[in-house]
Amino acid sequence: MGMAELAEAVIDIIAAKTSVDRAKLEPTARLADLEIASLDVVEIVFALEEKFDIQIPFNANTSQVEFETVGDVIKAVQKVIDEKAA
Amino acid sequence: MKRVVVTGLGVVSPIGQTIPVFWSSLQEGRCGIGPITGIPTERLGVKIAAEIASFRPTDHFEPRRLGMLDRVSQFAVVAAREAVRQSGAPFADGLGERTATIVGSGVGGMSTLDDSFHKLYAENAARVHPFTIPRLMANAPASHITMDLRLTGPTFVIASACASATHAIGQAFQMVRTGMVEAAVAGGAEACITIGGMKGWEAMRVLSNEACRPFSRNRNGLSLGEGAAMLVLESLEAARARGAEILAEIVGCGMSADARDITAPDVGGAARAITGALADAGLAPDDIDYINAHGTGTTANDQTETAAIRKAFGASADRLAVSSSKSMFGHALGAAGALELAATVLALRHGVVPPTINYTDPDPLCDLDYVPNQARQQTIRAALSNSFAFGGLNAVLAVKRFDG
Repeated sequence: MGMAELAEAVIDIIAAKTSVDRAKLEPTARLADLEIASLDVVEIVFALEEKFDIQIPFNANTSQVEFETVGDVIKAVQKVIDEKAA
Repeated sequence: MKRVVVTGLGVVSPIGQTIPVFWSSLQEGRCGIGPITGIPTERLGVKIAAEIASFRPTDHFEPRRLGMLDRVSQFAVVAAREAVRQSGAPFADGLGERTATIVGSGVGGMSTLDDSFHKLYAENAARVHPFTIPRLMANAPASHITMDLRLTGPTFVIASACASATHAIGQAFQMVRTGMVEAAVAGGAEACITIGGMKGWEAMRVLSNEACRPFSRNRNGLSLGEGAAMLVLESLEAARARGAEILAEIVGCGMSADARDITAPDVGGAARAITGALADAGLAPDDIDYINAHGTGTTANDQTETAAIRKAFGASADRLAVSSSKSMFGHALGAAGALELAATVLALRHGVVPPTINYTDPDPLCDLDYVPNQARQQTIRAALSNSFAFGGLNAVLAVKRFDG
């Protein structure tokens, strides 16, 4: 899967799990600004793990640091998939 | 309105299966959280918890009786026996009829549920054990206490997740205070360290992988615990009439709902429960010397709880000692409030504030005196015990040193 394709897939999941307009899910958009709460992020991470059959090392207690933007989520998924392939 | 006193305490916890051991562990700052040994851990992402690994059911129950008792009911009965023994109240001589049994539990018989469904779904068993339902039902811990101790007054279980035991003790306090019953056995019990329980909490992404560090900047989640604690409550007049030793007085209870978010805590809701407990007790913020905090070790709770204490106490917050016993015995969910009220009563009685252990890194957003790592000798005139549950349900109890 190419990077653009992966980003689209991640954004699809975020859009499906929240009621945020897909057009607003730019990589630079901040999750807090989109009113995506921490429990939403937990559910998004779960959906990503199920879809890509991966384990994302994510602790809700440090989520503010790890996942500030939509792009951070895409990067985290990319990283785990790359590690899995290596 | 009657004054309500505590005359008995009992506990089954990861840091002690009797009150004397529990109290010495709390004073020493002993940690009961460690590698899980009671269940297979291959499939777990988080492999630490506060288990009561050395609990031997056969030390307490006949084999035939055990068949009916989920682990959660075993803990409840053992803790209730100790509390009743210490109180010396004449339950067998008629008092049992006028005694309420109110127990908090978050989920009830989790290991029975887990084991039975594993047999059904994973092993394709055709049937489950006939005691599956009576073992797993959430009211079983309370029912078994009544049968074990012949208590025949009003009895039920209260479920409000991590505040269950505090709501249960608050309810029992009201029943004794209004004279509806003469005495109560009240507390909480929980036993959720099963594969299903651990995986569920793991999926919430709130468990720490290394240690429970309440209020410390490097905190990274809670650690699940298990156990039970029970208290015997009586009216002051009844306790005095029979010359009972009085451990502390329960003076107030505050309860509230955030009505906002199913998991995120709320400063306003928590502060209203604290203020409610103070008002019910007729105490001013300056009368309180110690708060046994909810203190789970999650980013959200500890910061919100600190803000709620500041909101309720104003300038008086800076002279409070605040500590989290969960740093030692983990988060026992529906039993947590009872274990923590027991710790609070012991702290009042002995004039020692138990510490918050694993505290290594001050957090600017958690700026109270958390009694880091070392217990502190200090006279405590009155104290609060906080419980703030998932679901936004809050309960706070106020207790006072009993000086006659």
